[in-house]
Amino acid sequence: MNNFDYIRASDIDDALASLNTHDNGSFIAGGTNLIDLWKYNLLHPDLLIDINHLPGHHAIEEIEEGGVRLSAFLTNADTAYHPLIEERYPLLSKAILAGASAQIRNMATNGGNLLQRTRCYYFYDPDAPCNKRNPGSGCSALNGYNRIHAILGASENCIAVFPSDMCVALAALDAVVNVTGINGERNIRFEDFHRLPGDTPELDNNLKRGEIITSIDLPAKGFAKNYSYLKLRDRHSYAFALVSVATGMELDGDIIKEARIALGGVAHRPWRLKEAESFLQGKRADEHSFAAAADMMLEGAKGFKYNSFKIELAKKAIVRNGLMALDPHSQLPGAQPSA
Amino acid sequence: MIGISLNVNQHQYHIQVSPWVSLLDALRDHLKLTGTKKGCDHGQCGACTVLCDDRRILSCLTLAVMKNGANITTIEGISGENELHPLQQSFIDHDAFQCGYCTPGQICSAVSLLKEGKAKTREEVKELMSGNLCRCGANMGIIDAIMEVKERGLYE
Ligand SMILES: Cc1cc2nc3c(=O)[nH]c(=O)nc-3n(C[C@H](O)[C@H](O)[C@H](O)COP(=O)(O)OP(=O)(O)OC[C@H]3O[C@@H](n4cnc5c(N)ncnc54)[C@H](O)[C@@H]3O)c2cc1C
Ligand code: FES
Ligand code: FES
Repeated sequence: MNNFDYIRASDIDDALASLNTHDNGSFIAGGTNLIDLWKYNLLHPDLLIDINHLPGHHAIEEIEEGGVRLSAFLTNADTAYHPLIEERYPLLSKAILAGASAQIRNMATNGGNLLQRTRCYYFYDPDAPCNKRNPGSGCSALNGYNRIHAILGASENCIAVFPSDMCVALAALDAVVNVTGINGERNIRFEDFHRLPGDTPELDNNLKRGEIITSIDLPAKGFAKNYSYLKLRDRHSYAFALVSVATGMELDGDIIKEARIALGGVAHRPWRLKEAESFLQGKRADEHSFAAAADMMLEGAKGFKYNSFKIELAKKAIVRNGLMALDPHSQLPGAQPSA
Repeated sequence: MIGISLNVNQHQYHIQVSPWVSLLDALRDHLKLTGTKKGCDHGQCGACTVLCDDRRILSCLTLAVMKNGANITTIEGISGENELHPLQQSFIDHDAFQCGYCTPGQICSAVSLLKEGKAKTREEVKELMSGNLCRCGANMGIIDAIMEVKERGLYE
């Protein structure tokens, strides 16, 4: 663990300018991922810029066209329990509350959640080759213990998964990430925010160095009537997902008008397949339709020695979560399967 | 070194700390408040739980400098001078510990859980206490202890 300097940024401009005063400056929000990684000697910041005290940046507010804007600096707990989110985007509340613990959600911020690193064991093990940690060194998971690893979108360079729960719901909701850099602002569609590993697994996302996430926009459609988040893991709570599913639907009687399905725990980013969602349009909202959509979503999935079970698990989770979305109150706390 | 002030258990402290000192180490090593425990030091066990401005957080993943000016409550500060906090009494009544190492974190976490008011059922209490592990397996007693305080309205 290295030593570092610390300052509190007074506003966004100050935060961005401070980054340039040190070679290895880094923002710190909740610190729940950054401090952990620093303790594991995986990050070596020479300056931490505290972005928790930026005035005017802790709100959730309604925006034009009926959507809602979440500050990036608000905690995960304040977001999940906010009346606007509980009412209009319960899928997001549910996904956030399925992640980590009450203490961590009180610290973790929305911006930090998007940027959390993988939980691949080899990424944390300094003695093991890992292309994400040390590009060009190889991937230990490929032929190692790969129980928690990817079944979709992986490359021969990296089979790590992105571990966020919140982001699975944000993907399903078609969120937009607003960022500011020295050259101004830009908006990144959620599907373009995280990336697949390809040849550069060291890059988790498309945020550029020198950019700060300021907020996340949720479009008007929140699927508040028919939604469900299901998280399957090795223990009931306080564990990362082996497979998770966020489902939102708009129904007309028992016919699906629109469906969104995003998978977590299976790839280097939240996983959606537009073809499966359009296939569901006009179909009856039943086991049969969800099973067909699940087959489409998992087509081309590739298991490794210890994680092939995830393919069948993901299919069953999609079906079960579709059925749970018909009756959101059937869901238990912590996004468990209903009885 | 950076000079910071922390209000801990309603005492004002001014200390000099290096930026990389965790709130946990500042409490234990600088302020000698050793009630708060270090289990994993990586956010995985909840032993280091304290209240910051009345909300439960993990002091091992918090830098002391980030809390300059904040109000912190530790296990040493949750009860009055001579009586136990209702949760402390209930933990005794329900055998809610064996070795006791996780207990300060469990109790601080439970104080916050009851204040938050989000857990209505036993299932929800279990879910919202899942950030505190007990290696001795006293979990049933812990949940019983919290449920008693909650149901009898002994503390909000
Ligand atoms: C024991 C444990 C269990 C967990 N379980 C789960 C789980 O089940 N599900 C889940 O989804 N998550 C889980 N998490 C992860 C947790 O959700 C993340 O650590 C958290 O969301 C990160 O947010 P933060 O504000 O603490 O980020 P920080 O640690 O402060 O920052 C993380 C990174 O993001 C950068 N950053 C932060 N904010 C911004 C911004 N606004 N703009 C630009 N850069 C920024 C920082 O520079 C840093 O590189 C768990 C964490 C722990 C420790
Ligand atoms: S010591 Fe902080 S969570 Fe274990
Ligand atoms: S009482 Fe021993 S760890 Fe909980």
